[in-house]
Amino acid sequence: MKPTQSWGGMKGRESRQEPVYWKQDLHAALLRDTQFLCYGQGRSYGDSCLPSGGTALLMSPLNKLQNFDAQTGLIKAEAGLSFEALLDFIVPHGWFVPVTPGTKYVTLGGAIANDIHGKNHHKRGTIGCHVQELEVLRSNGETITCSPTREAEFFAATVGGLGLTGVITVCTLQLIPIASAFMDAETIKTTGLDDFFTLEDESARDWEYSMSWIDCMAHGKKRGRGIFFRGNHAKNGDPAAEFTEQAKWKVAVPFQAPSWILNRWSIRAFNELYYQQQQTRVKKGRMPLDPFFYPLDKILHWNRMYGQHGLLQYQFVLDSKRQQELTEIFDIIAQSGMGSFLAVLKKFGDIRSPGMLSFPRDGYTLTLDFQNQGPRSEALFKKLDAIVLRAGGRLYPAKDAMMSPELFQSGYPLWREFSRFVDPKFTSQFWQRVSRG
Amino acid sequence: MVESPNDPVVAIFGASSGMAFSVARIYAQKHARLFLIARDKQKLNDIERDLKARGASEVQSLVADLGSAFGARAATELLRQRTTHVDVVIIASGILGDTEQLLSDPKACEDLFNVNVQAPIAISNSILPLLLQQKSGVLAIFSSVAGDRGRASNFVYGASKAALTAYASGLRARLSESGVQVLTIKPGIVATAMTAHLPRGPLTANPEAVAKRIVQAIEKRKDTLYAPGFWRWVMAVITHLPEFIFKRLRF
Repeated sequence: MKPTQSWGGMKGRESRQEPVYWKQDLHAALLRDTQFLCYGQGRSYGDSCLPSGGTALLMSPLNKLQNFDAQTGLIKAEAGLSFEALLDFIVPHGWFVPVTPGTKYVTLGGAIANDIHGKNHHKRGTIGCHVQELEVLRSNGETITCSPTREAEFFAATVGGLGLTGVITVCTLQLIPIASAFMDAETIKTTGLDDFFTLEDESARDWEYSMSWIDCMAHGKKRGRGIFFRGNHAKNGDPAAEFTEQAKWKVAVPFQAPSWILNRWSIRAFNELYYQQQQTRVKKGRMPLDPFFYPLDKILHWNRMYGQHGLLQYQFVLDSKRQQELTEIFDIIAQSGMGSFLAVLKKFGDIRSPGMLSFPRDGYTLTLDFQNQGPRSEALFKKLDAIVLRAGGRLYPAKDAMMSPELFQSGYPLWREFSRFVDPKFTSQFWQRVSRG
Repeated sequence: MVESPNDPVVAIFGASSGMAFSVARIYAQKHARLFLIARDKQKLNDIERDLKARGASEVQSLVADLGSAFGARAATELLRQRTTHVDVVIIASGILGDTEQLLSDPKACEDLFNVNVQAPIAISNSILPLLLQQKSGVLAIFSSVAGDRGRASNFVYGASKAALTAYASGLRARLSESGVQVLTIKPGIVATAMTAHLPRGPLTANPEAVAKRIVQAIEKRKDTLYAPGFWRWVMAVITHLPEFIFKRLRF
């Protein structure tokens, strides 16, 4: 028995940790105990990946392929397969995941249970939009095979369902073709939020990936300045050869943060430097896959630099008409002096997410990292929560550690309908917290 | 996938073990023809699908009980009926056992030696004529660093692996002129189902990394492989500690 830990450094209640190597072993496990939660790579920041006692089913060893069609790019695999292992296998064949988060240390099952999004939401929606079929094992021993057309409601509950509808055991995913393991990328120094809004709209048609890093310590005239990134998969190349070559490279880390001193001065200095390092307005370049998609993965356990109290991430989405509230939020953060190294702003497109509890929807999403400073952080989050609530926005469960039941229930109006599909033996600390009342 | 006569033929005894499976995945990507031998049909099916998806040009599963010399001989016979040529034979079946139980339960102790010693030796002895007739091939035997010196915590298991190490080294000497290579694999603690109940420390290796080294060692026709490599130096120190010191180290 030991506590499970989340990426933000949150410790869960004690639970039995049981690695799952074979699908058939799950049946016996589910009969034995009374409470479960699947745990993949533990990259969720708050408590949505923390079991509330009982058994944590460690899914990573359950990572076998079931089928791969190199012609159509359809792959069927067990849910514990990590994006890292998946990419190692598919990229040489000229395929890529349709949607990827900012780390490759996530499992397929975890990605689907959080209905993750990437920098290409405006083009591809969430990962759930590309899932063809799921196999879910319920604690009563029943296996439900679901898809957008088969057991469609259960599918909608499971995609983005935070692992609460049972064990996702097998996933079938449609991949996207790539002609090269390189990215054609551009970075543009922006002067403020209006500049960002214009760039996002202008890039939506011709660029697969776009997002922006914002200097959230800058205020006054500089407010909302940052660096806008956009990229496309390069048109020509040899993915297999390029990928093997890339694996040998040591890639420079674009984010170098001091591990021992995080305060308003050091963060301001870092943000200033990071902003000023780009001399010209536009830089163009060819980049390997890893530094483009996963710049932080190079620093294993970068979460540790936030010290023993860990970090809190805050990610919300607001309707695109709510630019006023977005500006207000930037002001509050700049004033608080608790700004973060990583403030990422992105415009989601209007592709509908398939899950009842999926986070992404049309509008602006901002992600912020804060060092966990206990009551100070809580006070800041309360202020932000109030604005998000007023603007009819919502927070991302995968990143959340303290949203109120009120905010959750107003942000996810389908939550009651969803709860009908929750497996009676499955729960998480997050779910126990937000489903009250 | 179209089979080509150049695809390596690899036979794996104990194919559902974590390390053997990782090795098989590497060979699958090299389009090998794979023969998998293990007891559990369902596990073999799962593994077979994975290896086919990864590009193995052929996968054949043979259900067999590798829990005794008799079962092991029967399994080898089954394999010989399926193929007339083999490039790599990997013997990976084995159990760790629980030392307390092994000390008090003679049946458990007997079973462990059947699985870890009698069966691998029987497989090796019965595949030998084919290898000698080919005058080629690599016989890779999974021993363990635990066989280098008996440790207070797992010496029954260690004793079984010591037997296998001695067997492999003698066989290698005997076959030195024959064109057949014998590789002794000595893994440390690897994060597989076998060690799932043990705490994962900094010395715990992941099976994919270990598998890469195993395939390299097979290709380079090495004699002994410590995996990960640092175990060679750790064990060099441990085997040279004087007994009066070693016996006080309860590790």
